[in-house]
Amino acid sequence: MTTTQTKPLAPQPDVDTAPLKRLRRDRALLQAACIVISLFMLVPIYLISLAALSTRESLNDFPLSLLPTNLSFETLGAFLGSTGILGAFGNSLIVGIGTLLISALIGIPAGYALARFAFPAKEPYQLFLLFTRALPIVVLSVPLARLFLTVDLYDTTYAVILLHTALALPTTILISASVFLSVPIDVEEAARVFGCTPAGAFLKVVMPMALPGLAAASIFTFVMSWNEVLGASILTLDHRTLPAQVLTSLADSPLAYRFAGGFALVIPSIIFIAFMRRYLTNMWGSTIR
Amino acid sequence: MADITISHLVKTYPGGTERATDDVSLDIADGDFTVLLGPSGCGKTTLLRMLAGLELPDSGSIAVGGKDVTYLPPNKRNMSMVFQSYAVFPHRKVRYNIGFGLSMAKKPKEEIDRKVAWAADLLQLGPYLDRLPAQLSGGQRQRVAVARAIVMDADVLLMDEPLSNLDALLRLNFRSELKKIVKDLKTTTVYVTHDQSEALSLGDRVAVMRKGQIAQLGDPLDVYDAPADRFVGGFIGSPPMNFIKAAVSGDGGALIVGDQRLRAPSLLQSYSSTDVLLGVRAENVAVDTQRSSGDVPGTVLVVEPMGSSILLTVEVEGQTIKVQAPPTFRTSPGSTIWLTFSPNSMRFYDSETAMALVAR
Amino acid sequence: MTVDSPPAPVQLDTPARPRRIPPAVLLIAPSIVFMALLLGWPVIQGVLQAFRSDEGFTLDFLTRMVEDPYFWPAVRNTLLLIVVMIPLQFAFAITMALLLRSNPRLNKVHFFVWAIPLALSDLAAGLVWLSIFNDRGYLNSVLTSLGLGSVPWLAYDNPTTLFLCVLVAEVWRSTSLVLVIVVSGLQGIPKDYDEAAQVFGATFWQRLRHVTLPLLKPSLQVALILRTILAFQTFAVAQALTGQNFPLVVGETYRWYTALQNPNVAAALALVILVASMLISVFYLRALRDKGQEGTR
Repeated sequence: MTTTQTKPLAPQPDVDTAPLKRLRRDRALLQAACIVISLFMLVPIYLISLAALSTRESLNDFPLSLLPTNLSFETLGAFLGSTGILGAFGNSLIVGIGTLLISALIGIPAGYALARFAFPAKEPYQLFLLFTRALPIVVLSVPLARLFLTVDLYDTTYAVILLHTALALPTTILISASVFLSVPIDVEEAARVFGCTPAGAFLKVVMPMALPGLAAASIFTFVMSWNEVLGASILTLDHRTLPAQVLTSLADSPLAYRFAGGFALVIPSIIFIAFMRRYLTNMWGSTIR
Repeated sequence: MADITISHLVKTYPGGTERATDDVSLDIADGDFTVLLGPSGCGKTTLLRMLAGLELPDSGSIAVGGKDVTYLPPNKRNMSMVFQSYAVFPHRKVRYNIGFGLSMAKKPKEEIDRKVAWAADLLQLGPYLDRLPAQLSGGQRQRVAVARAIVMDADVLLMDEPLSNLDALLRLNFRSELKKIVKDLKTTTVYVTHDQSEALSLGDRVAVMRKGQIAQLGDPLDVYDAPADRFVGGFIGSPPMNFIKAAVSGDGGALIVGDQRLRAPSLLQSYSSTDVLLGVRAENVAVDTQRSSGDVPGTVLVVEPMGSSILLTVEVEGQTIKVQAPPTFRTSPGSTIWLTFSPNSMRFYDSETAMALVAR
Repeated sequence: MTVDSPPAPVQLDTPARPRRIPPAVLLIAPSIVFMALLLGWPVIQGVLQAFRSDEGFTLDFLTRMVEDPYFWPAVRNTLLLIVVMIPLQFAFAITMALLLRSNPRLNKVHFFVWAIPLALSDLAAGLVWLSIFNDRGYLNSVLTSLGLGSVPWLAYDNPTTLFLCVLVAEVWRSTSLVLVIVVSGLQGIPKDYDEAAQVFGATFWQRLRHVTLPLLKPSLQVALILRTILAFQTFAVAQALTGQNFPLVVGETYRWYTALQNPNVAAALALVILVASMLISVFYLRALRDKGQEGTR
């Protein structure tokens, strides 16, 4: 009977650990490179936070301290208290949520159609969506301003909502199509076989499975709207969104105000990304396929 | 070409608690075709990947041709490999795929061309050299993967379940073809599979693995004929070996199965009055509708004609076993038949440890 | 697929089809109408605005645009920024993606940090770097503390440092988009290809050149076109960092519209961007089609 383990026949050569050491050194270098890049990403955010949270007087010092020695909410408070900022904050929220709702309402059904049905003009339609992604905001904004003037929408949040929805819609459609594609058609067909109507199958089976992806897509839309500067500042005068407000008051405001503005724009973004982190590659990465 | 010495290899995956390979030692002679066989999760693929350098062991060593390669990166090991998924580069034509290893080693162009032509000829890929993998069938892609591996003049050829993605008929045909190619090549080959028939048909030696350890290593026929333990017997063979609870009589002369007494082989003399497991393969049980001496009665439960034979599921003394009857044998569920266990093909296992009994 | 059984009358010559409007059309119609109104119509209007005055067709606005002293610097700056920034940030993003793939410790945290700028507007990025690059900012503070003396990074008469500041801020902000596209592309490539290349003797650089990058080509194409189009629209970074000192084409559009109150010239400038973006889009669609013909998965 054969034994389960055999003794080595030849004498063992010594284990050569040099490659292992090289490997460990390489890994240490990789780790270090990651940390350096993370610092490059984080240090500017730390510095703007520091600038926004310092007292006005300490911002006039030179050289500036890199450590949080003079923390205060004075600068930030002054920024938030200055005319138009709180209103702009509210406008940004209204525009963001409005954009999110309308583009979901129009975009999700279209995405579902793209994912599930074959229809005659499907190819041209997809090409059209891809093409619209390439439309610069500035090309739309100037003529739209004129259009909105004639229909009394100029300088309202509705105008900005419409522009942002137009910008976000192609992406919403493509993302929701890819979300629906990831829901296997089998489960929908099973629901149909067991007696659901098409609408029932969609609502009871497909939607719950697609919801997390669609929610992420909605945040994506919101972020896009929250960040858009140019169109919002061309389409409004008194009802500006936050970035538009900051942009237009840039030239005649003190540095402290600008830093506080930058900080106010940065913080929500970090929160969005924290919410979206599981969907980052799905949303931004594969929106185009 | 080279021999391989694996000694005391231990590997635990990060985050895992069980050892993927648990102190495995294995020697493979130059030119040998060794099959690592076992169920999924037994550590066979981990062992192969450590040979390739795609995983590094926690401890132990691997030497190829007398040179230690334990921690050497894969590209410096001079090995070649056929992957389960084929891993044929989709963006390059078949010609480039086959010559990939040679062009990475910066071999002269005419040498690459010559070897690619040779391998393509051997694997009947000649007409497809200028196609992309997407334009090939699964079987052809498999051939490209093999061609890419054999042009390399590698020390060791590794194969990770290369046939498992083929359909049954193609797998059977390609298996014999592969056996011939590798035999002519004379390269030391390590082949991983979970399919016991592949292991038996291809290997010079088979290492049956279980829970990170080698349960039995040997000639395929030995492993089939005399499994080292119950696990090996149950894993190899279709149907697997039957295991029947039995006891050795007080004088060591008889084997007691339920109410039946069988003549005990001399091996059992030293195991008097102990419980044992009787292992016997389905084809080593003779069946008859008439009683003759030494027979054991059984009740037929299921009759499955297999073409070349009839597979019977029979209840014997409250235990269920599989029996292979000749295709001419006629019986039906519920009828009683008489079974004869051929003495030379009976194997005995410890009822506690399930290890094969040895004379003592 | 999910079409209900066709109505009873049998049509022998054509395949039976329900006569009602297919559900797909109902589902996509609103999006087509919406986009036609808010995307198609403004583009047409924009072209008209740029070429039509009260007296009919005119090239006046175009002439005024070209003769403006800021126009050619703006075009030059925009192109220069694209030509320098895109290769730089692609090299950067690919390196970052490969670092993440090597599975370093805390790789989820690193990825999160590297992705933060995804959600940052270019205005915010400009303001962030303003706190660093302004004359009495953090960079000069550090340099002075080290005894190196401060540099007027954002001075109008120092175009090189102006360009560098805008470049650094834009690379910092926009590389994460490329990173995420490349990471998602890498995730779609089975590990086997890289392992096969390793076993067959390829070094790291050979694997990168012959296996990883070619397999990543579709993702890289997409990222390239997207980033180029977006780079044409860069504007608020420069505005926040330099005011008028580093003009870019979109910034000029904004200036003509708001400060100079001339929507027609603004529309003409917008057309310049539209044409550039369209050329990129055509190239983009070509590239996608090539990919289809090659038959890569």
